[in-house]
Amino acid sequence: MADKLIFELSGRGKVGYALPKPDVPPLFPEELLPPEVLREYPPQLPEVSEVEVVRHFVNLSQLNYHVDQGLYPLGSCTMKYNPKVGEELAKLPGFRDLHPYQPERTVQGALKLMYELEEMLCEITGMVRFTLQPAAGAQGELTSLLMIRAYHTKRGNPREKVIIPDSAHGTNPASTHLAGYRAVEVKSDPQGLVNLEELRRLMDKDVAALMLTNPNTLGLFESHIKEIADLVHQVGALLYMDGANMNALLGITRPGDLGFDAVHLNLHKTFSTPHGGGGPGSGPVGVNEKLVDFLPVPLVEKGEKGYKFDYDQPNSIGKMQGFYGNFGVMVKAYIYLRMLGAKGLREVSEGAIVNANYLMKGLKDYYYLPFDRFCLHEFVLSGSRQKAKGVKTLDIAKRLLDYGFHAPTVYFPLIVPEALMIEPTETESKESLDGFVEAMKKIAQEVEEDPELVRSAPHTTPVSRLDERKAAKDLDVRWKG
Amino acid sequence: MCWIPISAEERREMLSSIGVESFVDLVSSIPPQFRLRKPLDLPPPLSEIEISRLMLRLSEENHDLAHHICFLGGGSYDHWVPAAVSSIIERSEYYTAYTPYQAEVSQGTLQAIYEYQSLICELTGMDVANASMYDGASATAEAALMSYSITGRETILVSEALNPAHFQVLTTYTSGLNLRVKRIPLKKGGTDWDKLAGMLDERVASVIIQNPNFLGVVENLNQVGELVHRVGALLVMVVDPISLGILKPPGDYGADIAVGEGQALGNPTCFGGPYLGFFACRKEFMRKLPGRLVGATVDSQGRRGFVLILQTREQHIRREKATSNICTNQALNALAATVFLTLLGRQGIRDLALLCLQKCHYLQRHLCEIDGFKLRYPSPFFKEFAVVPPLSAKEVIDFLAEQGIFVGPDLGRFGMGDGFLVATTEKRSKEEMDLLIENLKEIPSAKRRG
Repeated sequence: MADKLIFELSGRGKVGYALPKPDVPPLFPEELLPPEVLREYPPQLPEVSEVEVVRHFVNLSQLNYHVDQGLYPLGSCTMKYNPKVGEELAKLPGFRDLHPYQPERTVQGALKLMYELEEMLCEITGMVRFTLQPAAGAQGELTSLLMIRAYHTKRGNPREKVIIPDSAHGTNPASTHLAGYRAVEVKSDPQGLVNLEELRRLMDKDVAALMLTNPNTLGLFESHIKEIADLVHQVGALLYMDGANMNALLGITRPGDLGFDAVHLNLHKTFSTPHGGGGPGSGPVGVNEKLVDFLPVPLVEKGEKGYKFDYDQPNSIGKMQGFYGNFGVMVKAYIYLRMLGAKGLREVSEGAIVNANYLMKGLKDYYYLPFDRFCLHEFVLSGSRQKAKGVKTLDIAKRLLDYGFHAPTVYFPLIVPEALMIEPTETESKESLDGFVEAMKKIAQEVEEDPELVRSAPHTTPVSRLDERKAAKDLDVRWKG
Repeated sequence: MCWIPISAEERREMLSSIGVESFVDLVSSIPPQFRLRKPLDLPPPLSEIEISRLMLRLSEENHDLAHHICFLGGGSYDHWVPAAVSSIIERSEYYTAYTPYQAEVSQGTLQAIYEYQSLICELTGMDVANASMYDGASATAEAALMSYSITGRETILVSEALNPAHFQVLTTYTSGLNLRVKRIPLKKGGTDWDKLAGMLDERVASVIIQNPNFLGVVENLNQVGELVHRVGALLVMVVDPISLGILKPPGDYGADIAVGEGQALGNPTCFGGPYLGFFACRKEFMRKLPGRLVGATVDSQGRRGFVLILQTREQHIRREKATSNICTNQALNALAATVFLTLLGRQGIRDLALLCLQKCHYLQRHLCEIDGFKLRYPSPFFKEFAVVPPLSAKEVIDFLAEQGIFVGPDLGRFGMGDGFLVATTEKRSKEEMDLLIENLKEIPSAKRRG
């Protein structure tokens, strides 16, 4: 069992490594460095053998739920299957073992891959250029907002506000704040879409941009996109798309055609690179002509003598990453796109939409569906009926774990009380979806018949319900010898 | 298509159960004028056999470090990645999970993060570490932002020997805020403490010092903590985690925040990413930390378990008042770092650092015996140093690359003056270093200056 910390397995003098013997004069640190810069005591790292390390982390791994095990319907996270071929090919030494400062002549394959990935992303989104630098969606948002700021500054005034719908991801307002703007919320209308009347009222010359997730976090397409884009552009502001939900739109419609000036994509969502237990991701940003001058440096260009990095962009916002972004993630996304092609990509979004609607249809008789019409890739239920019986959405989520499923995103979006945000993705079979519906039905029944069973869930997981209050009080964040 | 497990017949059944005749009915909310009428213009689809062939060919257009000799530094290093590290992070239990929102089915990831936090604290001598940032550069930028948030002051003083890429990211990150970023000049390749003393006042939020610095120099930091704290500013140290096997850790210098590039801890160079930024601070600043944090607790039966804590700092709860906008981080790279540090242990990290130190000094001694090659700063160094050659740095770099040897980067590309960097890790053998020396001796004298 992995009930011990690796530190608790430590035994004096055990080693888990085999380093070469020095083949140069084995001088002591004191002979090479002044004594005052040297460490006075060794770091208290554990002393364990390789076999103990491997067993420890293998045992730990078995406490995780993961996509290769089953349905992982976290809304807005697009937890789809990650093709094995991507994992395999990204390990080729010609990708994995490249130093970022090698001469460009020696990394032509890598530059070509980045160049072609950018071209494909431009075609998919209808944008003019992409930066591949941002490491995740939130960094993509910040990159875009800093470009928007540079754009307005160039026109004489950076402006003050960024409008964000109340259904938006929390990263939107957080990125806005970091870019030096004030986040102003626009409410959703009874259909779950941006309230056009309120948006019209909020629009003025102080607005730098509107950040819009489309489809939004209710899984609904912003049908008034034309009116929204016009309202934004009339006051000289820019329209930004949070592309977290791009899995709904591949080959169906393009942000650039919808009037967006910038969009970030999440390669770890839409293009199926693994989520890594929380990262690494990749959050490239695409822009149209208005913002192209402000992209971070460097961009990859194709010249007569091959591919090269171009740092010569006087209006660039600068750099968002130490090097060029999460290259290893780009390799996997490139493979995914090359294997799918245009038809395959469209099938991805069609599959995601069919699966979501099928699941929604199966569940809406048992859970309240606040916005009852066709969704795109995800939908949001409310546990309000169950709440009235004394069972919270959190309890339902925990009970799902007992039935062998990961829980949906819960309590988000904030505009739906007791929200359960469900995104099955296209890589789930009908059996898998039927199994999920069955489990959710049973839980609804349990709420009626034996609510305590649900309230005290989970019962079959490696640990039972964890005491969050104690964790917040103790703040035990590290092993102490 | 092999990743969509729904047959055509099943799809028809599903559409009929939904109550529509065809797929198009489901996307009626997308105005028809915006719907694509023709397929995207993308390259044709490839089978697994075809993509494998294509990727192999593409990868062979690169000169990889498995077949070339790497003395490149500047923030990314060709360190050893133990086989056990790769074996663990390739387990799909880790790499196909996501952020551990449901703690009861994520104890593997959560405990590994708790162990990672503990290891980083031990290594840096700090009290608390978060679950990772994107890379060393963004971690440095976030440290500046955190110091601004803690002190409410608007000036950040940054050593001119901070990694220039970190500095660029720092200035980009802070460009929308009312922060003033000022540079502290250098003296003999190290930060000029007298100049720093003259720049410090009660408007300074933090002082950011890298050690060893970008030029390879091990800074003399014994007075700096006191100097910085005297005006109520914070000391931010940017460190090489490998160096902490023998160098004094940030905690011992009185640092308030310690950050750095964690790539060297079990992550391949991978053309610049994915890496991880590590981020640690003193206990009193825990509530201002950016990013995820894991804490220990117990379950309803009293068994130890782990959960995400202090989530009220984070963007999904606090929105525009969050300590940072970071959500997805570099968890799998942090797991690699965890396994790496665990394999090495207290003795291994010292042995590894010592090998780097010994090899680097061997190389420097012999390299600077070559006519015309000079060590740029006669100051202490760890695994990297700056050399001024008798011809342009670019010529040396290009000449060596022809021979399959990489050195650099060229300091000129960052506007940091003459010369280039040379780094050695534990992977470089005496034979490889001697080959570098031999090649440098052979640079045609005609190419040399003067």
